[in-house]
Order: sequence, then structure tokens, then C-alpha cells
Amino acid sequence: MTVPNWAGEDEVGFWEGVERGELRIQSCARCKRLRFPPRPFCPWCQSPDCAWQPMSGRGTLWSYAIVHPPLVAPFAELAPYNVIVVALQEDPHIRIVGNLVTDAQGAINEVKAQQIRIGAQVEVVFGEGPGGLRLPRWRYAAHRSGD
Amino acid sequence: MLKDRTAIAGIGETTFGKLLPSSEERLACEAILAALDDAGIAPREVDGLCSYTMETTDATEIARNIGAGDVTFFSQIGYGGGAGAATVGHAAMAVAGGQAKVVVAWRARKRSARSARIWASAAESVAVTGRWSRPWGLLRPVDEIAMLARRYMHEYAITRDALAEVVLAVRAHANRNPRAAMYHRALTREEYMSARWVSEPLCLFDCCLETDGALAAVVVSSDRARDCRRSPVYIHAFEQAMPRQIFAMTNYFCEDPLRTPSSVAGKLLWRDSDFTPADVKVAQIYDAFSPLILFALEGFGLCGRGEAGDFVRGGKLRWDGGGVAVNTSGGSLSEAYVHGFNMITEAVRQMRGTSTSQVDGAQCCLVASADCVPSGALLLRR
Repeated sequence: MTVPNWAGEDEVGFWEGVERGELRIQSCARCKRLRFPPRPFCPWCQSPDCAWQPMSGRGTLWSYAIVHPPLVAPFAELAPYNVIVVALQEDPHIRIVGNLVTDAQGAINEVKAQQIRIGAQVEVVFGEGPGGLRLPRWRYAAHRSGD
Repeated sequence: MLKDRTAIAGIGETTFGKLLPSSEERLACEAILAALDDAGIAPREVDGLCSYTMETTDATEIARNIGAGDVTFFSQIGYGGGAGAATVGHAAMAVAGGQAKVVVAWRARKRSARSARIWASAAESVAVTGRWSRPWGLLRPVDEIAMLARRYMHEYAITRDALAEVVLAVRAHANRNPRAAMYHRALTREEYMSARWVSEPLCLFDCCLETDGALAAVVVSSDRARDCRRSPVYIHAFEQAMPRQIFAMTNYFCEDPLRTPSSVAGKLLWRDSDFTPADVKVAQIYDAFSPLILFALEGFGLCGRGEAGDFVRGGKLRWDGGGVAVNTSGGSLSEAYVHGFNMITEAVRQMRGTSTSQVDGAQCCLVASADCVPSGALLLRR
């Protein structure tokens, strides 16, 4: 099951994208602006109509934390591990929490603190997180984007 | 305008400690009765009650226990540590607006047991909160603030030296306050720098204590306060702030995540005040985590944005440091973690001149509740 049972009606589109290997962000059907986290109304034009836009899956590492005990399962045995925030290439104000991994199935404790740099270019991969949920995750971009 | 129309006439506190035997209900009533006694106001005169939504004791239980009269104003403020200043602020508005004459604000909290920590049930709570952060392992409040702190430190080239200044100043104040949990526990810079990580860039000493205890304050009109047992401490200004597009704690999703509630409340506070930031010699700033103090110093304009690292250098936050004395009773980091209500009682002591780290010549005291959640602030004056 990819769509978590706790996903609200406005959030399902995100998780359906994850299932298909697409990072989708909600956009306003009227003014076209992106918004995240998902919600029923556009905060800029108040339209209730939305669409799900596939993103390029590229972004910039905005910040990170290295999480140490005390923690609960299933994260406790992985500590210390990284959590990052990525600013998406399409709109740097759209940021999403993730983990920096070496590949889609990599563990969240493989990339160490000294290897993490704010401002680094990252790209999305999809794989199971420690809780068993399929998640967007991030690795250092293999090649520089076309810019 | 609220300016100086109401005052805090009394404060009360229980002892602070780990695993206190009394219930939250009992602790709350003890603190409230102590505050009323401090003011010299009879409990039957209480007609207003204001506390946190996180309070576990129903307001009717409090009213029945203390022997309040007919209560005509009752209110609760949300967002945990963001609620502190607003409990007093709402009380002030109620009194100024004629809804009530004697309003008690309080917080009773028993969270020192490990099992009582909310994040300890993180796996289940994905359903209600943190759904855009917890699946990736950002589980605890400290992790959520660590993420913002790292970004802040990156943007403004701020190092752990600034966090150490904050932590050591607050601890030094606790070492002068016999009520503080850390009264007997000195802390050195070396101990700080070598402490174990909890969530990098934050170490053990960047995190607050977990404490049981209760505190209360009594708000009345300034006229009434002048007839009370103690000198009035005037509520000069009060603000609340829920910045546009805020996401409580994990505020990563808006245009400017470092535009915290402090910066919004700060602008309003100085608009509504006869004082300026330069008049602030003492401030009580919610410190569940040390970076919140840096955020608030900037947000309230006590220094410029990105300048807190320089501002705190050289012991400038200490009671005798000649800068802005911060958390002069030891704060959440070293006195007690009671959702920041000790910021209010200590501010009152500073204005009465009875703090254990009394700041000479302070005419006003800033009280700033939790930054990074919808929050509030008070400017009290003597």
C-alpha cells in the first residue's frame, strides 16, 4: 500500500504520484501557483480547484539535521541518521522533508554529517522508508542540471 | 489600547521538580491560591480563568476548587509554549473590556516522566501531526527546531559559540536561583562543547528540562492593582502573532521560514509601546531550545536579523553583562520547563525588584513566548 491510510483527501494525489515514481506538487487550477503541503484552497486566489503537477525531481539541499537518540522504533536503531529539507527547482519556496541516501533503497544513516552540504544539488528517488512507507528520498545529483 | 490599563497584581508558583507526587489539578490550585494570596485578593472574587488548551484540568474543576465566584470570562490558548504570554494578554483584554474584574492565568504541567513525552508515541501520532516530516524520521520537537537552526546558522554564519553563550548565561542565572532545578549544577563551555548530540546542530544542553510544577498570575485593572498587597506590574503591551503561511514547528514550507512569530509580534509591540528596543535591559524568552532565544532577540529588534551571534558574545545575556539579561531565573533550560509560564513570573519579579539576578534600572521587561509556533509577547513595566 503506497497511499498511507492517514492521508487526507487533499493529500492522496501526492501519494499516488509516489506510487508511480513521480514527485507531484499540488497546483492551483486557476492561478497555477504551486502549494505544499496540500490543502483544499489556494492561499493566493482562494480557488478550490487544483491539479497535481509532476516536478522534475531536482532541488537544492536547504537544511539538514542529524538525529541522535533517544528515539522510538523503527528509527532508534538507525541513529544517527540524516533528515534534510529540499527546495524544489521549479519553485525554491516549495520545500519538502526527506532523507539523503546513496540510492533508492539506501539506509538513512549511510550519508554522514560531514558529507552533507547545504546548497548541494539533489534529485529524487523513491524507496521504502524505515516505517515501510514508500517515500520520495534524495541523492546527490549525478550530473549538473542543464543550467 | 491596552496600554497600562491592567496589571499583574499577584504571582504564585509551586516547587518545581521531577515526578512531583501531587496531581496537575492540585498543583494548579496551589499556584493559583498562592498568586491570589500574593495579591491579597479573595478567591471568591475570581471571575475570569485563562489557561492553555493543553491544560488537563477542566476550568470548572479549578473554579470549584479555589472557590471562585460566578466566572464571566474563560478562555484557553493553543500551541503549547506559544500560549504563555497570551494567557495574561487575554486576561488583560477581558479586564480592560469589562468582561471580568479578577482573572487568573495559570499553567500546571507534569511531563517529567519519560512516558509522558509526546514524541515517545511518534509512530502512532503520524496520523494527526507531522505527516510531512515524521515519515522521514523528524520525530521530536528538537529535530524540528534543529532543522531551522541549521539553516539559520548557515545563512548568517553563526556557530555553536552563540548557542553556548545563550546556554551558559541562562545556566548562570539558575545557579543564582535556589528554586531552579539546576541551582547546584554549574556548566562550563567545555562541558557544553563536548556534550552528546540530540539533534545536530543541537546538543543536550540546547534542550530544556522536563519538569513538574504549576504557576499562576492574577490580572486586575491598574486602579485595583494599586490597592493590592504588592506594587503593580503593568501590562504595557501585548501582541499575538500567527505569521502568514506558518506551519507550527516545521515551518519549512513558507516563503521565509525564518520570519518567525517573534518578528511579527515584535513590530506590533514597539508600535504599541512607549518603550523602544533600546530600553530593554531584561527579557524572558521562551527557551525550549537555545536557538529560539537567538530568533527572538532578532525578531523583537533587540538586534538586527542575522546579528544575534555577535549580539550575545562576551556574556551580554547575563544579568550583569550590560547587554540584555535573558531568562534571569534560569528559564526552561535551567530553572523549570513549565511551558514558559516561568517567563511571566520572573518578569514580574524583575519589575518588583525581587529577582535573584535583579537587573539594575530595568524599567520594562519583555516576555516572549515560544517562537516557531503561533505565539505571543508582553511588555511589562514597573
